[in-house]
Amino acid sequence: MSEKKSITIKVNGISHSLEVEPRMHLGDMLRLELNLTGTHLGCEHGVCGACTLIFNGEAVRSCLMLAVQADGAEITTIEGMALPDGTLHPLQLAFHEHHGLQCGFCTPGMIMSLVAYLQDNPSADEANIREALSGNICRCTGYQAIVKSALSAAEVMRGETG
Amino acid sequence: MGVRYFGASILRAEDKTLLTGQGNYVDDITRPGLLHAAFVRAEHAHALILGIDATLAQAVPGVVAIITNDNLPDVLKDKRMAQPYPSPVLKQGICCHILAANEVNYVGQTVAVVIAESRHLAEDAAALIAVNYQVLDAVIDCQVAYKEGAPLAHCSAPDNIVATLKAKFGDVDVAFANAAHVVSISDHHHRGGCHAMETRGVIAEDDPSCGEITLWSATQCPYLVRRLVAQHLDIPESSLRVIAPDVGGGFGPKASVYPEEVVVCIASRMLSRPIKWIEDRREHFTATQTQRDQFWNLEAAVDKIGKVLGVRGTIIHDNGAFVPYGLLLPMTTLGPLPGPYSIRNIDVTLEAVFTNTTPNSPVRGAGRPNAAYAMERVMQAVSRSLGLDPVEVRAINLVRKDAFPYETGALNRVGKPVVYDSGDYHGCLDKAVNLADYKNFVTRQDAARKDGRYLGIGVAACVEDTGIGPYEGATVRVDSSGKVMVETGAASQGQGHKTVIKQIAADALGVTFEDVRVQTGDTGRFAQGVGAIGSRIAVTVGSSVHLAATQVGTTALALASEVLDQPQEELELSDGAVRGKGDHNVFISLGDLATRLAPMAGGSVPLSFNASLEATSYATAKGQPYANGTNIAEVEVDIGTGEVRVLRYSVAHDCGNMINPMIVDGQIVGGVVHGIGNALFEEMIYDPSGQPLTTNYSEYLLPLSSEMPEVNIVHQETPSPLNELGIKGAGEGGAIPATAAVVAAIENALEPFGVVIERYPVSPERLCALIVAGENVV
Repeated sequence: MSEKKSITIKVNGISHSLEVEPRMHLGDMLRLELNLTGTHLGCEHGVCGACTLIFNGEAVRSCLMLAVQADGAEITTIEGMALPDGTLHPLQLAFHEHHGLQCGFCTPGMIMSLVAYLQDNPSADEANIREALSGNICRCTGYQAIVKSALSAAEVMRGETG
Repeated sequence: MGVRYFGASILRAEDKTLLTGQGNYVDDITRPGLLHAAFVRAEHAHALILGIDATLAQAVPGVVAIITNDNLPDVLKDKRMAQPYPSPVLKQGICCHILAANEVNYVGQTVAVVIAESRHLAEDAAALIAVNYQVLDAVIDCQVAYKEGAPLAHCSAPDNIVATLKAKFGDVDVAFANAAHVVSISDHHHRGGCHAMETRGVIAEDDPSCGEITLWSATQCPYLVRRLVAQHLDIPESSLRVIAPDVGGGFGPKASVYPEEVVVCIASRMLSRPIKWIEDRREHFTATQTQRDQFWNLEAAVDKIGKVLGVRGTIIHDNGAFVPYGLLLPMTTLGPLPGPYSIRNIDVTLEAVFTNTTPNSPVRGAGRPNAAYAMERVMQAVSRSLGLDPVEVRAINLVRKDAFPYETGALNRVGKPVVYDSGDYHGCLDKAVNLADYKNFVTRQDAARKDGRYLGIGVAACVEDTGIGPYEGATVRVDSSGKVMVETGAASQGQGHKTVIKQIAADALGVTFEDVRVQTGDTGRFAQGVGAIGSRIAVTVGSSVHLAATQVGTTALALASEVLDQPQEELELSDGAVRGKGDHNVFISLGDLATRLAPMAGGSVPLSFNASLEATSYATAKGQPYANGTNIAEVEVDIGTGEVRVLRYSVAHDCGNMINPMIVDGQIVGGVVHGIGNALFEEMIYDPSGQPLTTNYSEYLLPLSSEMPEVNIVHQETPSPLNELGIKGAGEGGAIPATAAVVAAIENALEPFGVVIERYPVSPERLCALIVAGENVV
């Protein structure tokens, strides 16, 4: 197979230098090379959103980006959301409190999409959030509890409650 | 002691690991020396295999083995998978080979497997394997397949008939003779795939040192997997340990046993290395079983006030290429007739036929949504023909509250009468009508029409048979720490089983929710089990946990009575101890009691007690509890584009006593959205040669947050008399009636065009065609 390329990336605050095949996508790299299995691969064609992570501050689908394209990037995955002391991010807490997850497979992607969206749109309403999540598929919840979780977390993130 | 956790919306014990990326799904598991599998799959819907050339593939570096039917161990060559649900009614229960022998019968069937050092390399090599096919005529449309002279889905079969089943009771001829009106319906149902966000996946690891294979599988039914794989390998069940770790959704098709599960076990044994296979999404479309077409033609005899006296007709049921799941899907199609309605005369025949498409197995609700849809279409037809309000037609026909326990007239699979145990169906209808503000809908509709907007409302009621036997057992054990362990075979795919099990056990033993730990879905940890299908776990496991924990509590009380020298009736379980009812300072902890029943060397267990403070229960049900509900959908149809938006959705639901209302609501909303997806979006399409045309999520549409409504729910709790907790299942009650409610609402919106819908999903183009046809008539 084709020659491996060297890349350096920062994931959840930790720098890694690795050799990866050019064809390996970012999601596979995180899972296989860094053992960060919280990023889930649901469709590997960019529709389901399960593999979403934060790439240089923006939500991207890690199945649609090659690891070599991430050279020099800063990435946050679901594993980097809670504080080092274990305190959950307001979105994680809200998903727990509002039953925003069932099987949990789409959940990391939901949370990463929302982190990026709520940072840019802190006052999003229900319709905004439903639109913002239209690229993340959940088969279990029917979305209602996810939307409720997002609205509740947005309040906390705005400093209104919690 | 009082109930503390039961009935409360306790937050889930499962969440923390899943929310922090610490879940443990099959693909997250790795083993030392792990190899990876990739399958070569049939490219044609029906063909003979003339030869397989793997020369190029073998040369790929990192390829360890390539396995086809021809190089399987001799005893496994040409061996078909076993039928999991044999039945005398099953005329042709053909199951697939684990790797096709000389004929392929659907696109996606397993033909060969490559085992390599990485998944990338295995897939590279799989693409280089050349299979020489002789393409045969394929049969794709089940209505064609049923006809005499149709192409055969299997070369060696005399015809395409899998089985003929009947739902027959009462005297339908008399009903029709006495009818004031006869209405008829003709409908094409299509339910699509499960589309769990986690695809299927397995790891097999053969450990020659103990002669045991461990199989991790994203399955709903680890015990069925154990049985069928062990049978195929001709090994004792005890030599195969099946573990269902975190599973990312099931929804039916993960309850089947698949050739890939057998193949990786064989390969691991052949190569003495652990092997992983993870399905990709395209494979999921073609190789994971789906629930395909049914064509219904029914006639109903109706009296002058709108009461349905009898129903007769036929169903053609597409079974796909094989019969991997017995007749459970056809049976759950006919079994629920006549649903929540008191219709005493039924004569409906179902013909299950082979086609050259992906094999069929149940998707959330199994055949129940089809049966509910059909009965609701009958109710709609009655409403239309007699000019009656749809809610009134339901009220006239629903089983009355004073009729419970209600014998429908049908016999179940073991020849006993079908009995609806309890309920208040009119109560749910009334609650849904109020929640939906049905009475004022006409005002909303009229106002919208003035703006050129078309609103419609649709109602659908259903029953759901839940908690099917034989059992799902549980062991409850207290150890020297005083903490409680519950073990059960039941696997979970996101339903929150651990949480409700903890609630039940904690209540029975007077300990905290946090004091209970739960282990599920591992055949190495619990002797026997079945799996998570048919909304059965709360009823079956819930009952077993309750009985076992109660028995442990009784043992603890008896032992404490001896130790404390107090009459047992003056003691109670409280705060992790047995305490005096009058004086809580007289106590002995559960940990102390457990230690007395599990002493170390030289100790002895007190006379008349068994070792270990534990109990196992395989609670057997007295019958199946029937949940029920009424759904009302309010939609808007854009008559220019055919787009349907669900504006408001109301559910009145009765699943008996609720263990955890938050979890029940989650099940209902998820099910409703699945049903809306069936009504509007989900369609697995094949071309006439059997090539699948919808193999990604831009071609096959799933419901998205942007299209889904807020679902409003009101509960009614009619306890089931069939189990001590008074519970009924809740996993499918949302999915069962939703499609019918949405379709009825669309028709209501388009009444000015006389639109009658005879096929779902109701795609925009189909709806536009109906509107245009209606306009031309108008």
